[in-house]
Amino acid sequence: MVSAKEIKEVLFGPIFANNPIALQILGICSALAVTSKMENTVVMCIALTLVTAFSNFFISLIRNHIPSNVRIIVQMTIIASLVIVVDEVLRAYAYSIAKELSVFVGLIITNCIVMGRAEAYAMKSPPGMSFLDGIGNGLGYSVVLLIVGFIRELFGSGSLFGYQILQLASEGGWYQPIGLLVLPPSAFFIIGGFIWVLRTYRPEQVEPKD
Amino acid sequence: MASNNDSLKKTLIVIVSLCLVCAVIVSGAAVGLKPLQKKNAALDMQRNVLDAAGLLEPGTDVVAVFEERVETKLVNLNTLEVVEDRDVVAFDPIAAARDPELSTKLSKSEDPAGIGRREDITKVYFINDEQGNLETLVLHIRGYGLWGTMYGLIALQPDLNTVRGINFYEHSETPGLGGEITNPRWVQTWQGKEIYGDELEQVQIDVTKNVTSEAHDIDALSGATLTSNGVEYLIQFWFGDMGYGPLLEKIRKGELTNG
Repeated sequence: MVSAKEIKEVLFGPIFANNPIALQILGICSALAVTSKMENTVVMCIALTLVTAFSNFFISLIRNHIPSNVRIIVQMTIIASLVIVVDEVLRAYAYSIAKELSVFVGLIITNCIVMGRAEAYAMKSPPGMSFLDGIGNGLGYSVVLLIVGFIRELFGSGSLFGYQILQLASEGGWYQPIGLLVLPPSAFFIIGGFIWVLRTYRPEQVEPKD
Repeated sequence: MASNNDSLKKTLIVIVSLCLVCAVIVSGAAVGLKPLQKKNAALDMQRNVLDAAGLLEPGTDVVAVFEERVETKLVNLNTLEVVEDRDVVAFDPIAAARDPELSTKLSKSEDPAGIGRREDITKVYFINDEQGNLETLVLHIRGYGLWGTMYGLIALQPDLNTVRGINFYEHSETPGLGGEITNPRWVQTWQGKEIYGDELEQVQIDVTKNVTSEAHDIDALSGATLTSNGVEYLIQFWFGDMGYGPLLEKIRKGELTNG
């Protein structure tokens, strides 16, 4: 049996100790693209967490039967199928959000986090633990995305989840929004800042000098 | 890992069965959810139409209002006849513009809006008041902005000259700059503007930074000159001879009605 400690480590380790975005620098592309609004960010986080968890689960289920020379293709097939299902479900039940997320749901297929966890963890571990590992890494991704989304929407548009918090100057209020934050590149600065703070508190994450 | 995993037979078995399973799941999801997705897309367009016409308020029952007030017709823009032999609900004018058989290629001089092809058959929404008289006419418009095509709807008052509302429901302009074409405050500045001059021939709408004419000028979006120009050009195109000009003329004469 797996010990409770190990479960905890697999599930919560990726949030700060081994964050997929901050430490492994994976999945940056979607972190830039979908974080201008909290609503989209939350949907993207849920979608990615589910895809990572289930792809890990299914890959781990058949890991003893996957021929090693086509394993990447097998992983991609499973991931792609899951992503298409998620995309179809979103378009059926959350049409307006699906419209805004558009191609980025499809791009979960190429998100390195999903692929990375499948190759690094699910190929060697039992299904239950692989599923938890997927959830854990999804959470790690979500933490970063939610922080980025929070900062970008609050200071870029003065709102959170679409509700106006800071009255914009253009609407007669006092707040002059920071235009840069609405644009994708601003997420680079925020993620950079996040990594800086994280590594200040956890110096063991700093890479050794070349 | 079992040692025979890499044999040709095993590889083929695994790959083929995996593909079959995945194909079943994916097509099952696609087919099963299709009706719901179509309904969503149709509902979204109905909401856009009502929004352009100024009939959308929080809590509006879109389907009921649309059913009661809106008469949708397909019109052939070349012959100016109503098209009866096509399904009005299912017809998509934007998809028609991509079909060579259902659209006309525009030469460079005919195409200020940069849309390439214009559909021959389009959807026109007649919105009636309680007595059944025409209250608003809603038309599809689109044109190239800075980054891509801006898709919208424009609502006209019964004189077919005065703007009641405009709604860009899909675009890829820069957020905060050109993206402000969806800002309610800017959209509001369109209300009451007259598209044509007194003779109802020349399009007079001008999206400009120096507003001189109260009737025809729209204050341009600051920091978004190319988007503002794009909006002006698309109005010029759609209300010109290649666009809805002849159709509006015919409706104005009473030869094509909301009935």
